[in-house]
Amino acid sequence: MSISLSNISKSYKKVKAVQNISFYVKPGELFGLIGPDGGGKTTIFRILTTLLIPDSGTATVAGFDVVKDYKAIRKSVGYMPGRFSLYQDLTVEENLTFFATIFGTTIEENYDLIEDIYVQIAPFKDRRAGKLSGGMKQKLALCCALIHKPKVLFLDEPTTGVDPVSRKEFWEMLKRLQKKGITILVSTPYMDEAALCDRIALIQDGEILDIDTPNAIVSKFPKTIYNVGANNMYKLIKALQHYEHLYSVFPFGEFVHYTDKRDSFEVVDLKSYLEKEGLTDIHIESTQANIEDAFMELAK
Amino acid sequence: MKKENVIEANQLTKTFGDFTAVNAISFEVKKGEIFGFLGANGAGKTTAMKMLIGISKPSSGTAKVAGFDVYSQTESIKKNIGYMSQKFALYDDLTVKENITFFGGIYGLSRKKIKEKRTQLISELGLENISNKLVGSLPLGWKQKLSFSVSLLHEPKIVFLDEPTGGVDPITRRHFWEMIYKAAHQGTTIFVTTHYMDEAEYCDRVSIMVEGKIEALDTPKKLKEQFKVESMNDVFLKLARNIE
Repeated sequence: MSISLSNISKSYKKVKAVQNISFYVKPGELFGLIGPDGGGKTTIFRILTTLLIPDSGTATVAGFDVVKDYKAIRKSVGYMPGRFSLYQDLTVEENLTFFATIFGTTIEENYDLIEDIYVQIAPFKDRRAGKLSGGMKQKLALCCALIHKPKVLFLDEPTTGVDPVSRKEFWEMLKRLQKKGITILVSTPYMDEAALCDRIALIQDGEILDIDTPNAIVSKFPKTIYNVGANNMYKLIKALQHYEHLYSVFPFGEFVHYTDKRDSFEVVDLKSYLEKEGLTDIHIESTQANIEDAFMELAK
Repeated sequence: MKKENVIEANQLTKTFGDFTAVNAISFEVKKGEIFGFLGANGAGKTTAMKMLIGISKPSSGTAKVAGFDVYSQTESIKKNIGYMSQKFALYDDLTVKENITFFGGIYGLSRKKIKEKRTQLISELGLENISNKLVGSLPLGWKQKLSFSVSLLHEPKIVFLDEPTGGVDPITRRHFWEMIYKAAHQGTTIFVTTHYMDEAEYCDRVSIMVEGKIEALDTPKKLKEQFKVESMNDVFLKLARNIE
């Protein structure tokens, strides 16, 4: 296994950051840790990159133990933390040269790995890193994390606060890196990015809710979901919340996702209830669950 | 019935040196409307928003917010709007109660009014048991819900929300939107930026900024029809090609 964790726990004073976390990542896999802020994602990254010692449990990365063999791990992994942490006062090129030198290599030696990312920032190679736009900083940080040709790449929320266009480009870069044989562990609070991973772990409040392929997680959703729409979203949500057969209702794009307590559910019943509540333009149709539906059901 | 405009921008422009951050944008937002303000990083959203909330003087063009001029009446604008962002929300070292009292004071509410609002807000959010806890110890989602309520304390005509739900879990994110719907339903205008494209679909109308200009402005439904795509995410991808 490229990464394996067994019953890892870590507390900060009274706060339990992660509790009994176990999972593994296969060589060459693109594995996603999906969950909101405060879920424990960063703690897991710090333990795996040997920056933090777990209270209990064991973990290995590229076959090395995270406590005993920390030096070997540091040579074998690339880590892009959530917060931009390159040298703001060094230029793009100086930062990259610095990281290459630290790891005893040169930019030229592994240039093929970063080439398609680096060419996008090469026109600014003499600009100080602190003066780059968000998207360019992110690309430079990725180049620096890759320059020593790591076996395993750790990316902690690389797309947080990034617009959908840049996010899409970033994921395309990850897919290309994966094809080059690099194992990738990536975290994100954006549930739509889960579908782009081979397997995912849904994590909240320091505990894993489920681990599987995105499709399998979605297919386990226990209820039929209905897209419900009407002329007034606020009144619609209020009306559904007071409906006696309600199981759950959540806004989802232009509709709400509604699930019913009953096994046999008649669309006409709900429609006539909503009409009685004064709603018009009522639209009800069944739809597929997505990762967010699954996450919310598991997090209940 | 024609609803009044609470924001009117006409050819609003901001330049920094020879760089035009906001390039002659024109739009209006109606009372009680949920208006989504989208764009790629660096498209000019923050600069435009700063002009509208009266903390950055436009280079040219005109704009009125809550009926006040963005050049000459910025203090009146600040009294009539609410603002919250993911970055600046509340004071972590003050308790829930203290934060409400503090912001009530800043907004110039009377002691009696503050007390009344504080009790109401704490009960609506179900925070009775933790009202004396430091805000810093609360989960992010609670902080954001509290922060939104605090931005409404002085009953502003408009509330500006700058990426209010970043990093928040999906259930809380939806509770947050239910609060937005409620406020809009009661007549407060909502001006919101987000990177979650499903949230763009919750808006009555959405504008998309590309390189300083508003390139699209309509209801999510009409935008999807116009670009012949299924989701706002696809509209955004078609429109906001990332140019750096």
